Amino acid sequence: MATPVTVYGPPLSTAVSRVLVCLLEKDVPFQLVPISMAKGEHKKPDYLKIQPFGQVPAFQDDEITLFESRAICRYIAEKNPSKGTMGLFGTNPLVKASIDQWLEAESQSFNPPSSILAFQLVFAPRMKLKQDEALIKQNEAKLVKVLDVYENRLGESRYLAGDEFTLADLSHLPNTQYLVEKANRAELFTSRKNVGRWWDEISSRPSWKKVVEMQNAPPQ
Amino acid sequence: MAIKVYGSMISTATLRVLLCLAEKDLDYELIFIDLATGEHKSPHMLSNNPFGQIPAFEDGDIKLIESRAIMQYIVRKYADKGTELMSSDPKKMAEQSVWMEVESQKFEPATTKLIWELCMKRFLFGKKGDDAVVAELLPALGRLLDVYEARLSESKYLGGDGFSLADLYHVPVIKFLTEAETKMKKLFHARPHVSAWVTDVLSRPACLKVFCKHAYCKGG
Ligand SMILES: N[C@@H](CCC(=O)N[C@@H](CS)C(=O)NCC(=O)O)C(=O)O
Repeated sequence: MATPVTVYGPPLSTAVSRVLVCLLEKDVPFQLVPISMAKGEHKKPDYLKIQPFGQVPAFQDDEITLFESRAICRYIAEKNPSKGTMGLFGTNPLVKASIDQWLEAESQSFNPPSSILAFQLVFAPRMKLKQDEALIKQNEAKLVKVLDVYENRLGESRYLAGDEFTLADLSHLPNTQYLVEKANRAELFTSRKNVGRWWDEISSRPSWKKVVEMQNAPPQ
Repeated sequence: MAIKVYGSMISTATLRVLLCLAEKDLDYELIFIDLATGEHKSPHMLSNNPFGQIPAFEDGDIKLIESRAIMQYIVRKYADKGTELMSSDPKKMAEQSVWMEVESQKFEPATTKLIWELCMKRFLFGKKGDDAVVAELLPALGRLLDVYEARLSESKYLGGDGFSLADLYHVPVIKFLTEAETKMKKLFHARPHVSAWVTDVLSRPACLKVFCKHAYCKGG
């Protein structure tokens, strides 16, 4: 039997959880090596060998070592086309182009403001850091504009890239979860009819529920 | 069947797409959208790109936005033309994909403000950038280039032995920054492997062709 894949990093990290939900969607068994960021394990020389930026996640299987969550997700989906959710990265070039387009929208337009907001509103208080009100305001305004584009798009199609749940939707789960559940910003999503409907649908997938369970489990 | 690109020669995202078309030996029509007059926010352009940005792309019936997604589409669709740019070997492709993500998640955020200060202010308003802002941004870019230096001491190109989208994604920003100021040029060329790589990618025929066809900063 092939060795299972290994993911390095805590499930609480948004980038780690992006990889975990992808593995679960693809029915790929994995083991998790937690990496304590509090202890600075992500900056140790051995870890820097597999992740030169000293960040989580890193990923290993019997063939390759990778980092960058979205690249890892693409690899997992390409490598396991007939496992789990089949259409995750598209089965024909046209659908793939649409998935890539909305994956890029996530990475370029949605992620920058939503990750700043998740950090400012959720992690800064936990780390006893002072929140930057101006930065919060500025990024909320940016996110609103992005969600207005999504609202239109999701009025035309059930999911971002078309009729099926794909990597483009999946990639939005980690940041949105924090904003909706832990940052008191649910309204940004639920006040928009189509975005709210979409969020209900993608966040209630068994794969994501399982990741949230892992995030909420007390640390061992 | 004609390929159309809506964009501008002072837009790094537009140039990324044009470089890809040139590497693939494809003809295209560039429809000029004037950033200086806000044409990218006009109703007609918003219907092409709902985020109000350039570029937007058409290939027959296919309409796409997001420069990096457009490039991946071009590479897949025209696989048999010009430079390969994305490997068909899954392992090699995964390596390339990691460094494509590094560009999008690390290099782009580290250089956006520099491009604004050092290039866009001049191209759009004939103004000089703010030296203090630039000075503040340089150390972070330097640290990022240190990781590039380590990577490029192991492999000729970012994604492995061959030139790929991972390199090409960087080209417009590198071109603009290294030509904007000696300080910037030095930052790249102080690192021997980064320096050799910069010289190599900027002297590719496709790069020369795109940048000389439209003398982008004439009179600047
Ligand atoms: N992620 C987009 C970014 C496009 C982008 O930033 N375009 C700039 C020009 S380089 C633009 O349209 N700026 C005007 C604006 O955002 O209002 C892509 O790669 O296509």
